[in-house]
Amino acid sequence: MGDYLSQIGELFAQYDVIGAFWVNIQLTFWAAIFSLVLGTVLALMRISPIASLQWAGTAYVNVLRNTPLTVIMTFMVLGVWTQLQISLSDDFATNFFRFAVVGLTVYHAAFVCEAIRSGVNTVPLGQAEAARAIGLSFLPAARLIILPQAFRGAIAPLGNTLIALLKNSTVAAAASVTTETSSLMRTMIEFNSSYIYAIFFMFAIGYVILVIPIGLLTTSLSTRLAVRR
Amino acid sequence: MSSQQSVLFDAPGPRARRAIALGNVVGAVVVLGIAALVLLELERKGQLSWDLWGPVFTANAWENYFIPGLQNTLRAAAFAIVGAVALGLVLGTGRLSHVRAVRWVCGVVVEFFRAVPVLLLMIFFWLLLGFNKVGDDPSFLAVVIALILYNGSVIAELVRSGVGNLPRGQSEAGLAIGLTRGQTLRSIQLPQALIAMLPALVSQLVVVLKDTALGQIIVYNELLRAAQIFGNGNGNNLQTLAVAAVIFIVINWLLTTVAQWLSRFLRGRTSGATAAGPGIGNPTVTAQGGTAPSAGASESVAR
Repeated sequence: MGDYLSQIGELFAQYDVIGAFWVNIQLTFWAAIFSLVLGTVLALMRISPIASLQWAGTAYVNVLRNTPLTVIMTFMVLGVWTQLQISLSDDFATNFFRFAVVGLTVYHAAFVCEAIRSGVNTVPLGQAEAARAIGLSFLPAARLIILPQAFRGAIAPLGNTLIALLKNSTVAAAASVTTETSSLMRTMIEFNSSYIYAIFFMFAIGYVILVIPIGLLTTSLSTRLAVRR
Repeated sequence: MSSQQSVLFDAPGPRARRAIALGNVVGAVVVLGIAALVLLELERKGQLSWDLWGPVFTANAWENYFIPGLQNTLRAAAFAIVGAVALGLVLGTGRLSHVRAVRWVCGVVVEFFRAVPVLLLMIFFWLLLGFNKVGDDPSFLAVVIALILYNGSVIAELVRSGVGNLPRGQSEAGLAIGLTRGQTLRSIQLPQALIAMLPALVSQLVVVLKDTALGQIIVYNELLRAAQIFGNGNGNNLQTLAVAAVIFIVINWLLTTVAQWLSRFLRGRTSGATAAGPGIGNPTVTAQGGTAPSAGASESVAR
């Protein structure tokens, strides 16, 4: 038993497992920031009274959230990079990393948009009517009454999207990012097939450790900040 | 959409209507301008030529690549959703059991498979089945098993929150007429919760269908991989992948529409909350005790 454990220890000293998780965390970090920006813009378009912007936002969300992420990632490399010859960096690894971030961003922005919109939808119409009744005009009503409640309502679905984004960062393998966790796990198992269970559980536990705190945090935040109705 | 009254914007007066009309034109010009720029750039790079698009619309492409690929995608999705519903019912009722050990074990299993990326599960089962020479198509089995474990756990949470969302009076009434807790769960709570779950279940089918495309990475010959093989052979990956994407979008959009229709249709038929799922990740339990619905769904939730 002790022998087995020490061999596993050697195995993990041989491969950069922490580094692979760090790649996924970096992918998640950049994609989260960019998709939050893009998703907010899309949400604003969808809740605006301007029909053409509503239509464009709705079309974007319906197309992107119904496309498999793997298709988007493959498209980034084979369609955009190989065929259109658009390059995001001269360095191969950086280039694929950036394409993976773009792919993750355009996909998850659709879900961020829906999360924010569902937050706005949790605010009852009476709140807006009350704001106008006490004489607030559009901007003060939005800033003081509606958006604070909308953000609180959006925390749970946004946290849900962040967890999905972290797990989906493994799909960067389809965009030729070879240093992230799913690719490393595959390499490790292929070369050390007798330790297949240990290797899988090590990576799986890594994700459990990363995901559960995000879930607990968003649940506690959304409970604590929930608007009692 | 435009006729629905929004919480942010009042019914517009004459000045606001003029501003909106102007904004509408400006918005349309900007959106169409961006679309035109993209098309011009594609044209400049010769991507709109019939040499590249032509092969996609031949009988060969559809008979030998797209249709067989789509069949494999649908086959994997069908096995996965049936298995996931079965597993979800077992784990979901397990989490509602009054035996603490059963509740605890089911809870650990559900939380574990909800947290692990599906791709890791697929790669693990693919290599495991391959090494042990189980079955003649380890890729297919790995795709199905991974999707069953992940989506089964998500459905288990749907079952649990579906039962939790029923009014307390339902279980109290069951106990009052002398049913045991197990009988109340089976004959009163679960049937209503399952009807309430249907829209979310259809939304989960969209997730399953999208995730079958991960099979491409473990060389399962589904729609994406078939399209990619055809594209590599003809040097038109951009065009074939676009067609594959359109096939996925049409099917998933239809399923999403069905989910939203179901959630409106079923609202009067159960005392539970009939929200469609967000189509991504784990529908987390919100402060209100319900699942976090997507924006499209929350419009149809009776609050």
